[in-house]
This record gives sequence, C-alpha cells and structure tokens, in this order.
Amino acid sequence: MDYLHQFVFGIYPYIALAIFILGSLARFEREQYSWKSESSQMLHRGSLRLGNILFHIGIIGLFFGHAVGLLTPVAVWDALGVTHSFKQVFAMTAGGIMGTLCLIGVLLLLHRRFSNDRLSANTTWRDKLVLLWILATLLLGLSTIVVSAQHLDGHEMVLLMTWAQHVVTFRGDAAQFIVAASPVFKAHLFMGMSLFVIFPFTRLVHVWSGFGAVSYLGRSWQLVRPRH
Amino acid sequence: MKIRAQIGMVLNLDKCIGCHTCSVTCKNVWTSRDGVEYAWFNNVETKPGIGYPKEWENQEKWQGGWVRKPNGKLEPRQGGRLKILANIFANPNLPSIDEYYEPFTYDYEHLQNAPEMQTPPTARPVSVLTGKKMDKIEWGPNWEDDLGGEFSKRAKDALFEGIQKEMYSAFENTFMMYLPRLCEHCLNPACVASCPSGSIYKREDDGIVLIDQDKCRGWRMCVSGCPYKKIYYNWTTGKAEKCIFCYPRIEAGQPTVCSETCVGRIRYLGVLLYDADKIEAAASVEDPKSLYEAQLGVFLDPNAPEIIAEARKQGIPEAWLTAAQKSPVYKMAMEWKVAFPLHPEYRTLPMVWYIPPLSPIQSALENGLIGENGIIPDVKDLRIPIKYLANLLTAGKEEPVVKALETMVAMRRYMRSKSVDKVTNPATLKGTHLSGPQVEEMYQVMAIANYEDRFVIPSSHKEMVENTFDDKASCGFTFGNGCSGGTSEPSLFGKKKASPIVFHDMRRDRKANAGE
Repeated sequence: MDYLHQFVFGIYPYIALAIFILGSLARFEREQYSWKSESSQMLHRGSLRLGNILFHIGIIGLFFGHAVGLLTPVAVWDALGVTHSFKQVFAMTAGGIMGTLCLIGVLLLLHRRFSNDRLSANTTWRDKLVLLWILATLLLGLSTIVVSAQHLDGHEMVLLMTWAQHVVTFRGDAAQFIVAASPVFKAHLFMGMSLFVIFPFTRLVHVWSGFGAVSYLGRSWQLVRPRH
Repeated sequence: MKIRAQIGMVLNLDKCIGCHTCSVTCKNVWTSRDGVEYAWFNNVETKPGIGYPKEWENQEKWQGGWVRKPNGKLEPRQGGRLKILANIFANPNLPSIDEYYEPFTYDYEHLQNAPEMQTPPTARPVSVLTGKKMDKIEWGPNWEDDLGGEFSKRAKDALFEGIQKEMYSAFENTFMMYLPRLCEHCLNPACVASCPSGSIYKREDDGIVLIDQDKCRGWRMCVSGCPYKKIYYNWTTGKAEKCIFCYPRIEAGQPTVCSETCVGRIRYLGVLLYDADKIEAAASVEDPKSLYEAQLGVFLDPNAPEIIAEARKQGIPEAWLTAAQKSPVYKMAMEWKVAFPLHPEYRTLPMVWYIPPLSPIQSALENGLIGENGIIPDVKDLRIPIKYLANLLTAGKEEPVVKALETMVAMRRYMRSKSVDKVTNPATLKGTHLSGPQVEEMYQVMAIANYEDRFVIPSSHKEMVENTFDDKASCGFTFGNGCSGGTSEPSLFGKKKASPIVFHDMRRDRKANAGE
C-alpha cells in the first residue's frame, strides 16, 4: 500500500468530510444570504422540467442507494439472508437505473445551460464546475457497473462496504481494504469524495435546504412573527 | 378574540390619473438594482388590459391564490404541501421573465462613439439578461398604457368575465381606468403558505408581509402562489423580493414612498384593527360573492369600548388605538363603504383596498348625456360596466359597487348644492346610509384630501423591543447580507461580512460584452 493510496482513501475522506461539514456550517452561519438553489427557471425554461426532475430523482436515489448499500453492516445483510451476490446484482441494477435517469437529466441540464444565450451569460464557473463534476463522477459510477459485471460474487462490493464502514467508524485502517480495487472504482471514489469538498462553496448547499424543506409538510399555512 | 393591528391602504381610483409617479419613485428607492430591473413593486396598469405580468388575473393559467376544497378547508390553488414540494425542481406555474418583459437598456455610448456615418447613429436596445443587442423590444412594464394595442389583445382581460365585451371594442363605447398595484399585505397571504422554507412572514405589529432574505432558498413557490403576482424572483441573487410597504418609513410614522409622492392624492394609509381568530373562517366562506362582507366582519370597531378595553389588554399601544379611530382606511371601508378589496375571490383577504372610479358617469351626467333617475343617476349608464368593476372588487357582486358609486354621486350633489346654491339639502342624501356631517367628513377626506387626513400612521414603538443605544452608528438598511444591528452578536465564525449591492446602469461584465 503506497503513500498516495493511504492518503487518498485513508486520510482524504476525513479532509473531505471536515470541509463538507465545517464549510456548510460556516456558510450557513456567516453567508446565509448566499445560501440558495440558484434557480434559473425564470430566465429560460427549456427542458428544465424533464431534465431537472430526472436528474433529481436519479441523484436522490443514488445518494440513498449509496448510503444504505455502503453503510449497512454486512452482518445485517447476512442476518436478513441477502446473499452478497444478490446484493451486488441488485445494487448494479438499481444504481444502473438511477444512474441512467440522472445521466439523462444532467445531459439535458447541461445542454439547456450552454445552448441558451441568457443562461450561458449568467452561468458562473461554479455552476459549470458542479454540473461537469457530477457528470464525470456519474460516468465513472456507471462504468463501475461494467467492471462489476465481470465478477458477480460480491467480494469486491463487500470490500468497498468495509472501506466505507471503517472510514465512518474512524478505524484508521480503511484504505487497505481497497488496495486491489479496480482503478475505475478508485477514480469514482475520489471524484465522489471531492464532490463533498466543493459542496460548501457552490450551489450544492441547497441540498441541505431541500431535505430541510420536508418540514414544510407539517407546518401551518400562515406564519406571523411577533416583534423580537 | 385575538386583536391585531395593520396599516392598510386605500387607493381612490376615481382620482388616479395614471401618471406612474408612484411606480417611478418606488423603483428609484427599492428596485434600481441588478436582478430586479424588471420588477416593479408598484406598477400602474391601464384597464382593460392583460396587465403585468401578462394575464396575472387569469388564475386558471397561473394558479395563484387559494381554493376552497369540498370539505370547506382552504388550500393554495397551485396545490397542497406535498404537491408544492414535488414541484420544487421545476415550478410548472412560474411565469418566465418574458411574461413581465425582458429588461433592457440602450447602447447610449454609441451615440458618442459612432464613426462618421451617412445616417445619424441610434442607441439600440441592449438586453440586460444577455448583454446582446435586441432586434426589437417586444413588451414592457406598461405596454398597454392608455389602451395601447388592439382590442383583441387587451380583451383577454379576465375582468370581462360575464360581459359581452365585443361592444366595448367600438371607439364610442370604449372605457378606460387606471389600476395602481402593489403587494396587498394580505391577512391570509398565499405566498406565506406556499413558501417551503418558511421565509415569508406577516409582522404581528403592523401586518406588513416580508421575505426573510437570509432564509429564502429560492424555491420560487411564492411567485406562483401569489395571485397578484407581486413577488418577484431576483435572477441575480436567486432570492424572492417583494414590496416591503416601505416599512422603515412606516415604522417612523411616515407614509410609503408611493403614497407620499402620489400627485393625485389618491392614496390613504391608516390602521385597521382585526380579529385574527376570524381570518380562517372569513377566507373560507363558500360563496365567493360573500367574501367581501366576510372580510368586513373580520375588522373591529375601534370606537367600541369593549374592543378598546380588549385591545389595551392585548398590548396594542395607545397611539395605535387613537390612530385606528382616526383611520381614513377604516372610514372608507367600514363606515362609508366606498372602498373594496382587490379580487376577494382569491381568498387572500387583501389589505390594499380600492374606491371604484366614478368620473365617467359624472362627466356624462353634466353633459346631459344620461338621464337622471330621480336624485341618484342610473349607474347602469356608467361608461365602465358595473360588472367590470364588480369582477375587480367584489367577486362579481354588483350591489356593493353600485351602492358605493351612488354614495359618491350623492356626496358630490350634496356638496355642490352646499357650495354653489348655499343650501344644505339633506334630500340629496336620500338612498344613501350617510348623514350630512358624515358626508362632509367624507368630502374633507376624499376630495380635499389633506396630508394629515390621508396618512394617519402611528410610529412603531421600537423602544419597547430594542435598545436604541445599540443602534448608534450602525449601518442602515442592507440587502440581507451584512452589518448586524450594531450589537456584536456572537457568531460561530466571528463578525459578519458586509456586502453592499451597487447598481450600475448595467452589470459591468455585460457592458463589456455589449460594446463589441
């Protein structure tokens, strides 16, 4: 296990998480005025409705798929009687479907953003970075399906799960489990972790608010603020 | 009973000359900034017309306001909470900026820099959105001014509902009125209800509806939720903005900028006391035509001793009670019954009210064009169809509008005989519910319209909630991103960064673009 591998998969996850959490906190605390979804719908609708809904269904599905798939302890799956091989095929299928939805969505959004005068004039480099970063991460993620298809025994998947679980439980030895993983997986992991790094500095912060907006479902219609 | 006070507004359309001073002063003060160039917190529309944004009154199209469900409960027309959240990724009811107009400036520099040419140089329009030259300006905030454009286009006006409108296309039957519009600061605001972040709120002390710029996340559901389309999406900051009822001025006891600068003296500001517990029931009455009366039922009589006692108990300041008793808004809406809410059928219980225009009937009367029906002229002879006004002000119910117009005609008759013939003739008031002294007060407030009669605004008692010493030498009103209130609020990461927004005629990067 060389130094670079240990750094990227043993240390970098913590750097990324720290930037993600502290950065989000700092922005929420200090620059809440800049915290927004940055909708461009008003300037040009185009394929926004189809593209954005596909993109968000896909990426929310991928987010929860990754969270549940990677972080549920292997023992739980074993106790439920889910074989590793079945879980891998299921993950490939579900990830493939969600990834495809997301890919169609992000391509529509990219096309909309770059083909319209108003949008291209008002798109910041941060917006471009986010869309292109997600596209690259997504393409790498979809490529891992091809790699996985060559070995359906679930072994590599369990190693990746072990890596993720060792990272989040601060065991320090996480990187060693994926030394032998395919370079496609490694690239996907790196891009995915880096998405958390750019998160606090881009419009991605609206993800927090998107989840926060669920509380709207239980809110009263009217809000009245007394004098403070 | 939960007593709250609100500063309400009445606009006397009878006196509006459509000069747009209100719009211009408002724009200069509040929206001369990037991203809201297209937004007019106050605008004046010529009716009939489709207005700004296009066809804003067509709720079949824009889905604004509330609907009453079969079980008697209200729900935003654009959907319940789940549907609103589901539409967060792409709001199907959001007007595009073209529905307002594409903001533009002109390439003025070309007039000075143009090389020698055979024809004089022209300043071509430049889109503020792209920085590129525009071939043609297609629409503006006031495109239909004074009935501009052909009848077939402005006939899409939703107020023609139930009217045989073709006859009004003939030149001799044409009618026209002005409608200045701003945020209604509703008692039952649909924008507040539509906001998934909970960033929009109504102030308890004066009823002003505001958007917390820090909490707004740009989900833009308020833009479609508001049936008056008076919430604007700032396309550079990604936040929603709206008329703030000039709250810094109101707090200091001064009228809003639009009211202060109105050359026709058509605007009135005054306190209304209302029972907050009655709002939901009033907004939910089944028949839309009863909504106007239902809203009147929410207001409380500031002269009734039991109301005064209860208001004092609930902490309404004495100055506000006095102001409520002198409120021109209360008098016009409740005593004289000449002012009406704008589109009560939206079930928002708006708090900016309108006196229907009368002048066309009066001038026709004086010219002997229409017959007198005894003392009160037959208002069926109005140049503006009563139905049209009723569609605007009372959900189509004509009687209250007719009554208001008759009251105003009676006032003119009474005062005319008093000042011209030097006789006080109570017979001229037959058919109205008003007495001589009441009509004289009405004349004083509505016709003479002195400053102190138009604006009865108690200053807010900020000293009761904050320490003014802490505000010493602090910065003034900002755009949400900086300068705390003067106290060093402890923040997780130290002091907050200030970021003033400076408006150039055009964003600098665009300007460079346009010069090419």
